Amino acid sequence: MNSVIFRAVAPFLTSLMVLFSIFVLLRGHNEPGGGFIGGLIAVSALAIYGIACGVETVRRAIYFHPMAIAGAGLLAATVAGLISIAARVPFMTGLWIYPSVLGLEVPLSTVTLFDCGVYLVVVGAISSIALSLEERGGE
Amino acid sequence: MDVAALTLLALALPFVAALLAPLLTRLLGHNAAWVLALFPLVIVLHFARFWPEVAKGEVVTGGYAWIPSFNVSFSWLIDGLSLTFVLLIAGIGTLIVLYSGGYLKGHPQQGRFFSFILMFMGSMLGLVVSDSFLMLFVFWELTSITSFLLIGFDHSREAARRAALQALVVTGGGGLFLLAGLLIIWNVSGVTQLSLLAAFGPEMRESPFYLAALILVLGGAFTKSAQFPFHFWLPNAMEAPTPVSAYLHSATMVKAGVYLLMRLNPVLGGTPEWQILLPLFGGATLVIGAALACRQTDLKLMLAYTTMASLGLLVMLTGLGVPHAIEAAVLYLVAHSLFKGALFMVAGIIDHETGTRDVTRVGGLRSAMPLTFVIALAAAFSMCGLFPFFGFIAKEEIYYALSGLDRRSLVFAAIAILGNALMFAVAFAVALKPFVGPKVETPKAAHGAPVLLWLGPALLAAKGLSAALLSGLTHELVSTPMASAIAGEPRAVTISVVPHVGLPLMMSIATAVIGIGFYLKLDRVRAFMATILADIGWGPDRGFDQFIRGLVRFSVTLTRRLQSGRLEVYMTATFILVAFVLLVVPIAYGEFPRAPFFAADVPLHELAIMAIAVIGLVAVVLAADRLTAIVSLGIQGFAVAVIFLLYGAPDLAFTQFMIETLSVVVLALVMTRLRLSPSDHRPFAQKFPDFAIALACGLGFGLMLLKATGVPFDATLTDFFNLYSKSIAHGANVVNVIIVDFRGTDTLGEIAVVMVTGLAILSLVRLRAGSLRRVADNDPDTEERA
Repeated sequence: MNSVIFRAVAPFLTSLMVLFSIFVLLRGHNEPGGGFIGGLIAVSALAIYGIACGVETVRRAIYFHPMAIAGAGLLAATVAGLISIAARVPFMTGLWIYPSVLGLEVPLSTVTLFDCGVYLVVVGAISSIALSLEERGGE
Repeated sequence: MDVAALTLLALALPFVAALLAPLLTRLLGHNAAWVLALFPLVIVLHFARFWPEVAKGEVVTGGYAWIPSFNVSFSWLIDGLSLTFVLLIAGIGTLIVLYSGGYLKGHPQQGRFFSFILMFMGSMLGLVVSDSFLMLFVFWELTSITSFLLIGFDHSREAARRAALQALVVTGGGGLFLLAGLLIIWNVSGVTQLSLLAAFGPEMRESPFYLAALILVLGGAFTKSAQFPFHFWLPNAMEAPTPVSAYLHSATMVKAGVYLLMRLNPVLGGTPEWQILLPLFGGATLVIGAALACRQTDLKLMLAYTTMASLGLLVMLTGLGVPHAIEAAVLYLVAHSLFKGALFMVAGIIDHETGTRDVTRVGGLRSAMPLTFVIALAAAFSMCGLFPFFGFIAKEEIYYALSGLDRRSLVFAAIAILGNALMFAVAFAVALKPFVGPKVETPKAAHGAPVLLWLGPALLAAKGLSAALLSGLTHELVSTPMASAIAGEPRAVTISVVPHVGLPLMMSIATAVIGIGFYLKLDRVRAFMATILADIGWGPDRGFDQFIRGLVRFSVTLTRRLQSGRLEVYMTATFILVAFVLLVVPIAYGEFPRAPFFAADVPLHELAIMAIAVIGLVAVVLAADRLTAIVSLGIQGFAVAVIFLLYGAPDLAFTQFMIETLSVVVLALVMTRLRLSPSDHRPFAQKFPDFAIALACGLGFGLMLLKATGVPFDATLTDFFNLYSKSIAHGANVVNVIIVDFRGTDTLGEIAVVMVTGLAILSLVRLRAGSLRRVADNDPDTEERA
């Protein structure tokens, strides 16, 4: 799209949306949000960036191939489930630890890892579709 | 370690060896055979420890739970029947591994060959010790698959590929019959283990499903054991390297069908159906196989057809139901494995050392290969049932079983004498003819075989002699326990190598006399068989090709009919079906929802949102070009999302917002990609039916939702999640906790689907017009035309 304003704003808008998507992902356990919604927000951010600045720019910006991101997500989600087996409880049982970081107690769990996996799968798979559709060079 | 763990290890050992084989072969060359042969040897030694118990008539079972909730276990059953098979498989396997070392010496893929043959060994061992039905079936099909790999080992030749595929289709397809048969048996008896099944014999035989189960089981057994008319894959399987023919297609795999019949004899056997079907097919296979063997000049093909005949004899004996028939089957099975394995390896030696295996093109080899000649003669004597080899004992027992003077016994005795006499002639044609007479010029100058080649057949032939001379020990350890296991009651085998004057001996002598007659006139018999076959002209082998071609044609036609390739047709069909299910089913059953309840005081903002949704819909219908229609659809979606938000489902609303945004973006991108014309050009005649379908679908969904919400709400799950979300899953957002914790495994499946869908769409988008054309080139139809 050849709008100067849009192209000038798009990088900032995209960064803000990606940041927001991570915020939504992390707060998901207690308030509206989570991996699915966060992932969808991030994908829209990438789509906007792609429409404004071209697919190549987006591909450079996310560095990895989108499908590799999705694969990493699926791996993370599976590993989150498998950790429970290593701890001798049934597959996919949530495990929690509460390490103290700089005096602040941070609850971490396999469930969080699983949700991050969901986020990455959604981001990777859908942005890969959107980007390949946007690509004009493919014709 | 305890016995169970060791047994599991022993069963896994061939697969371990299969993994190591390529590496060892790279390091040691063909001498890797010496190392690899240790694996089956260890298995023999392990299973030999069960001998004392099994000889006493005890049954050893063991195993591990596999899927306890489905009553599926990995369990084994070791009795006289399976122990004999295990020792044959692992024992002959040891020799075959050594023989392959010599036979494929210097072959660039020898490591792969070792790997395949060891995998087969593991599958076959698993098959004969299986106690649970599922395990039996899995190993049954594994033997078919490994046999496929081995027959097609020389994959650059078309004949080998065809033979491999044919064997896989016939035996693998037969395996499916077996599965269906086992499922019926399971349903009737309620047990999934062979060791428990024996007690259900009477229930099985009186069940109305008996005949169905029997025919299905026979479908599996007859295809595997190459019974007429499913025999054609076995001669074609001779495309495989000779060690494979010796091992799979004579000594072990083809006996799996016979094993199954023997195993199920106490359960399914003894009925009139059993005693008609088995001897009928077995007898036909015996005569046809033996007659076809005479027609061949290729050493391996001659042996292959006699193997088919021997399998027919075994099936016939198993089903005969007269005294001593089971004992005769046991003795003949063991004898056959020993002499046929040896003879195949001899044929391989002749092929390997002279460069041809056409019986008319070799002769006078006895001076060049004296040791091979002795081995061949010893094996052939056993095959012909001549004194004092193990085959003699087996043949005496067969004739003893058939020496009743009723009409049925007379018919089958005549069949057995005819078949045996023909096999007698073939045995000497294979084992005597190449070695005697004037020396014939062969492609390669013949010389003695190396130790790796002669060791296997020599040991097998020697075993055929020693087993007969020490018949008391053989019967105590092998024959008696095995016959008892098959009969399902104690049986004692007592026959010894000392000839008794009587009817059986007379029949033996008659067989030998007729056999010598056939041998002397073999050329004439061959010509006679060739004329008959030429007159018939059509055989099951060609029938198989016709069947496969017909199947491909049918599938292509059906696919053409169903898959027009036009998106429009698929969409229309899908939505018509949706409308049908949603509307016709409630109408047929009179299940309409009650009229919905309208609240009197709807707040203004809610009315406004609904109005926006309706406006969006109207805009879709009225839109002049497609892009506007897509965006208008988004308006309706956003309005619905706002309604979700108002009614307390923020997560759902969020998702809906994002999905709407993205689908508008993706649809717009797809549109540019497809290069559609910007506006819709459908004529009214097409628009109207499409409109009707859309309306019907919408109406159907509306009715269904009203009906669903009309049912009183069951709050059990809601209460459960609200109660436990915070306390055990540490999360206040119940929706998210359900997704990632309570029902996390579902989500894992869903994201895997998202990922796979993404991959599929990506590859579809990437498909260029050129690659589409390449796909079309693989169409079987275009190939046919070319």
